[in-house]
Amino acid sequence: MKYEYKLYEPSWCPGCGNYMIRTALKMALEELEIEPHEVVLVSGIGQAAKMQHYIKVNGFNGLHGRAIPPAIGIRLANKNLKVIVESGDGGSYGEGGNHFIHAIRRNIDIAHFVHDNQIYGLTKGQASPTTAMGQKTTLQFDGVKVEPIKPLALALTMGAGFVARGFSGDIPHLVSLMKAAIEYKGYALVDILQPCVVWNRVNTFAWYKNRVYHLPEDYDYTNKEEAMKKALEFDDKIPIGILYKEEKESYEDRFDFIKNGPPLVDRQLNPMDAERLMEEFR
Amino acid sequence: MDFSVLIGGAAGQGLETSAHILEHILKRCGYNVFTYRDYMSRVRGGHNFTQIRFSDRELNSFTNKVDIVLALNEETVLLHKERLKEEGIIICDEDISNGDRTLSFPFRKIIGKIKNPKVINTIGLGVILKYFGIPLDIGEGVFGKLFKGKAYEDNKLALREGYNLIEEKYHLELREDKKIIINGNSALSLGAVAAGCRFYCGYPMTPSTSILSYLSSKSHEMGIMVEQVEDEVAALNMALGASYAGVRAMTGSSGGGFALMVEALSFAGIVEIPVVIVNAQRPGPATGLSTRTEQGDLRFVIHAGHGEFPRMVMALRSPEDAFYQTARAFNLADRYQIPVIILTDLYLDDYTKTIEPFDFGRIKIERHILEEKDIKEYKRYEITESGISPRLIPGKVAGQVVLADSHELDEYGHITEDTHIRTEMALKRMRKLDLLKDDLQEPWLIGVEEPENLVVCWGSTYGAVKEALDRLIEEGHSIGALVFGDIYPLPKKKIMELGRTAKRIIDIEQNMTGQLDSIIREETPYKSDIKILKFDGRPFSGEEVYIKLKNEVLK
Ligand SMILES: Cc1ncc(C[n+]2csc(CCOP(=O)(O)OP(=O)(O)O)c2C)c(N)n1
Ligand SMILES: [Mg+2]
Repeated sequence: MKYEYKLYEPSWCPGCGNYMIRTALKMALEELEIEPHEVVLVSGIGQAAKMQHYIKVNGFNGLHGRAIPPAIGIRLANKNLKVIVESGDGGSYGEGGNHFIHAIRRNIDIAHFVHDNQIYGLTKGQASPTTAMGQKTTLQFDGVKVEPIKPLALALTMGAGFVARGFSGDIPHLVSLMKAAIEYKGYALVDILQPCVVWNRVNTFAWYKNRVYHLPEDYDYTNKEEAMKKALEFDDKIPIGILYKEEKESYEDRFDFIKNGPPLVDRQLNPMDAERLMEEFR
Repeated sequence: MDFSVLIGGAAGQGLETSAHILEHILKRCGYNVFTYRDYMSRVRGGHNFTQIRFSDRELNSFTNKVDIVLALNEETVLLHKERLKEEGIIICDEDISNGDRTLSFPFRKIIGKIKNPKVINTIGLGVILKYFGIPLDIGEGVFGKLFKGKAYEDNKLALREGYNLIEEKYHLELREDKKIIINGNSALSLGAVAAGCRFYCGYPMTPSTSILSYLSSKSHEMGIMVEQVEDEVAALNMALGASYAGVRAMTGSSGGGFALMVEALSFAGIVEIPVVIVNAQRPGPATGLSTRTEQGDLRFVIHAGHGEFPRMVMALRSPEDAFYQTARAFNLADRYQIPVIILTDLYLDDYTKTIEPFDFGRIKIERHILEEKDIKEYKRYEITESGISPRLIPGKVAGQVVLADSHELDEYGHITEDTHIRTEMALKRMRKLDLLKDDLQEPWLIGVEEPENLVVCWGSTYGAVKEALDRLIEEGHSIGALVFGDIYPLPKKKIMELGRTAKRIIDIEQNMTGQLDSIIREETPYKSDIKILKFDGRPFSGEEVYIKLKNEVLK
């Protein structure tokens, strides 16, 4: 397959949900006929964030929690590139929480796939922003004492135009979500439930498997109130699918000079073009 | 001739507009103008003033003594009375002051006639024009450029009213107006645009904000993406993303915002993505004095960032320098794939000065990007003798992917923990610094060629030092100065030469600890014998440096 590296073997644990997310991502790219050089995977630091080392496309593996800002820079510089942010729940909602909020406000055309294992995997089992209240971890030995963040509800209140949840254990469904998110013109959030087989002994594969259900066929993803209800449903039952979708103008398109011209990176540069700016200082 | 006019009042009284108009009128008359702005961190009230100096000679500094104070409130009279030259006068409304050396007029009553309180300062400008014998139509021309319709008509009326209040004291001869008048931040921004910068992002922070707003105002016209980011952490990371994708990118802030960029600065070091970062200094620590000036961040930007990686630090010395050096910074960043940090400070960012128009033809854009035909087996981080690896823009070559990573990486850009690769990579990156040394520019030498008294200074202090030295040399002193622009790595040739023959080295800096001096001491056998340091948040004037050198060095 064209997205394959021969040399680099994942450093993920056997049974980790990241493998399935990788499979789904490759399938989504393949089905959308996106060539490796036409897409950039942008990530921060964490187990999830190592994705671009195990799938052969352009990759920007930045700092922990800082995947979104460079993704925005890349998109604005070259609107012909597909930009996908691939990071953990820690990087996306904790360290990078501020960028998350502001990415929604901008509605820039990036797909954000959050590998939500409800734990800090790489740093060995501390609570993440989505770890349940009361859950014991390697650090919170007597239980987490803060409320978890509700990423989908937060995204909805901020006005996100594409809000979805997937499960690493349901690959065909995840592929369809990823494809829809990549094709969506604007900021698309897919929170992907993913077991961490070593550090999260509560939210196991079985735990998710027993709870997730597909949104019904007749579910209306344009109904925001309904979406909010589904976004907050996270106990005995967890809905997966596109909770909310709305066509909105993407950030890039709000700038005529970006919308109506070649990508910034392809423009000819000539210092003399700027000479006339000096007139106002005469 | 050498005159200075001070306009003072509270924030919100419109003194900035009046000063802007007056400096343009004087420029139209063909004079060299130097305008210094002193303002407080508030939107209303407080005391602000602007000093407009003009002369038929080149000006590099403001003066402490003034010819005219246009006082928009009483406080201005009290604060600046002492600074009047022997023949100097205060101009104000009759309700503000009637003391000696004061020309007071019924501005408020006149305004009652015009029925537009906004143009009150213009009456004062009219008085000033007449005082210097400047033709009224030059004044009206400048107003015409700025205002239209009723605002223009009212200003014209007010200017005439003022003009008729007094008799000429001088009759300035008109000269040819060939220059531009510009401040450091606008010059820097123009340099960036000329160099092809098409991405700028930042978060407002004085004194860097005017770069953000200037570039934003040109965004559509020039096709520059200007982004107000959520925080400075986002700023540098975003600029790096844009640069990775192939667009020349810059970000800027003041020390506090730069502090938030530090992790990403280190990232820029390992990922080898070119970027230009402006630190427009103001006095710290922390929020410090938000609308004041200092050169306190030199050591900070040289050492900022965890780990060891190459970078370049340059300081801007004047508006001309700001234009050309900023453009050069982009070429250096691209050539060496390093972060280039530009240091300015509030004083340089804000003062305006008449200078020769910029020569855009001198600006060259050198990108150093690999072309498809030159690719054999592509390795983004190939270990090369020079340390520079081939840079490819993602998306440009089918079948070719480009990796970037904040981890230690192998030649292809993949994570590695291999001891050999790590060592080779660290050395590869640092080799670029050796090469960069050949590209460094030696400090400007001003004054005597082989001086007994050798001043060392950097950045914006150039102006004050230049003025002081001009006077001292006229008086026959053997004094010269090395004014550093490139500072890290330190260009050493000139200081090695002149340090040997100088009897004394005098360090002049706007900080408390003499940061440049300590770097010279680290890198060369020389150090200063005398330090003239100032860190009260106010810039050195030429006069002040002159007096200090006379009293403390040449006594
Ligand atoms: C500035 C910074 N702080 C902390 C870390 C350490 N760190 C690396 S990944 C991580 C958390 C990872 O959790 P998550 O983002 O959920 O990814 P996962 O490993 O679970 O996929 C932390 C705390 C870091 N690399 N950088
Ligand atoms: Mg996690």
